[in-house]
Amino acid sequence: MDQIKVQVKDFNFFYGQAQCLKNISLDIMTHEVTSIIGPSGCGKSTFLRCLNRMNDLIISTRTEGTILIDGTNIYEKDLDVVKLRKKVGMVFQKPNPFPKSIFENAAYGLKINGLKDKNLLAEKVEQSLKNAALWGEVKDRLNDNAFKLSGGQQQRLCVARALAIEPEVILMDEPASALDPIATAKLEELIVHLKERYTIVIVTHNMQQAARISDVTVFLMQGELVEHGKTSEIFTRPMKKVTEEYITGRFG
Amino acid sequence: MKYSPFSIKHLQQTFGFHFLRFCMGVVILILIVVFHDIFSKGFGIISWEFLTTAPRKGMTEGGIYPAIVGTFYVTVLTTIFSVPLGMGCAIYLNEYAPDSKLTRLIRMSIRNLSGVPSIVYGLFGVALFVELFNLGTCLLASGLTLGLMTLPWTITASEEALKSVPRSYREGSLALGATQWQSIRTNVLPYAVPGMLTGTILGLARAAGETAPILFTGAAFYLPFLPESLSDQFMALPYHLYIMSTQHHAIMQVRPIAYGTALVLIVLVFLLNLSAVVLRYQLRKRYRE
Repeated sequence: MDQIKVQVKDFNFFYGQAQCLKNISLDIMTHEVTSIIGPSGCGKSTFLRCLNRMNDLIISTRTEGTILIDGTNIYEKDLDVVKLRKKVGMVFQKPNPFPKSIFENAAYGLKINGLKDKNLLAEKVEQSLKNAALWGEVKDRLNDNAFKLSGGQQQRLCVARALAIEPEVILMDEPASALDPIATAKLEELIVHLKERYTIVIVTHNMQQAARISDVTVFLMQGELVEHGKTSEIFTRPMKKVTEEYITGRFG
Repeated sequence: MKYSPFSIKHLQQTFGFHFLRFCMGVVILILIVVFHDIFSKGFGIISWEFLTTAPRKGMTEGGIYPAIVGTFYVTVLTTIFSVPLGMGCAIYLNEYAPDSKLTRLIRMSIRNLSGVPSIVYGLFGVALFVELFNLGTCLLASGLTLGLMTLPWTITASEEALKSVPRSYREGSLALGATQWQSIRTNVLPYAVPGMLTGTILGLARAAGETAPILFTGAAFYLPFLPESLSDQFMALPYHLYIMSTQHHAIMQVRPIAYGTALVLIVLVFLLNLSAVVLRYQLRKRYRE
């Protein structure tokens, strides 16, 4: 099980003149949930978005160092970002279903990647909705607009949408921040379940959430990696004082 | 805690609202007066014959059929020329163009172009299409000139529509491995198109009512027949109205025809605007249910 999936080496990220990530080095293991915590503006989301190069969309950004996924540097010049994003799926902070039917949402990634066979499409949509623990709630209304779903259901649909194209890594950017406690509990249960098959990196503001669901916790502050290690250890015996202060809620 | 309508705060509010209501009333009143004037003086002459026959006897009798058809043709040409070009340009500017000084300069120039007086476009049309391209004064030259004039409106309206599509639609699809082109085609355009079309149709309605750009480029004073090719001259409603109300030798005698023409032009523009509203409503319903 101890296989490195993502290897971040001396990674720096600049937005204009400002350096948002400083010298980050980190290994992310296969089939583990890695949670990234830290105060607002510490670079958590930026770091996450570096892993599937979503920051490419923002102008005047610059990176240094390497991020290897399965040994391939994703910042190599001739790398196809489209293939990278197929392999590294993402779930956003706010549920962002497309204004299409539930079925079309789940099928979107498959369709744009060229799957045309209707039966196979239906089969894969069903499977991904089942994997996202949503199938039971939507199987009779697949043609309804996704906006008719509740916030929690929408977010699980976004998970299903990401799962459909069979990624290997799933990035989640505070996926529960817009959800109520019951929807959050369901999503957390889903995440724990999903780690059997995927490598999951989740950014969260919620300390209990990180403690509940993650195997490894990474603490970032002002763009620097302060401390990382097994979640059980970070939350019980943090090495650095600042980590302890943050975790116990004395600041942040 | 008792409500007293004469406290300073409430008086200010009452006064404020009445002032705003007055402003709106004045605008509505002006509209009503204009419409009433044109309807009451123009409605009498409208008949099937007026709409379907050519002018006769030095334009003192007969209808305005060639002008209706001419305006229709020139508007169609304007559409063919400016809509695909304008929408394409807007998509490029908003989705692909890097946010550089050059892009901003181009965008600013386009915004400014939409404020250039139509007579300037008319003269430019003469210089470019009629003379340089040697098209002569004809339907095509007028259509192209009007097209040039509508381009900035189409581009600006389309860009605004594209801007209103949430970023999350774009990011969501890119994160699923879509190329930028796929993301635009499947996840941006469907939601921007209603707005793009509405803005475009409003621009075309304005173009249909313009006189100056067609004045020197192709509109004819009096033609008792319809244009048969792109290189023919044509009659157009706004130009006909201009002639009938200021240039005709028997100006008082043809006044009803002028009012009738004005009425037809207004109805035409109204229908175009109405179609924009209906189209937007239908498309929105299709995508947002």
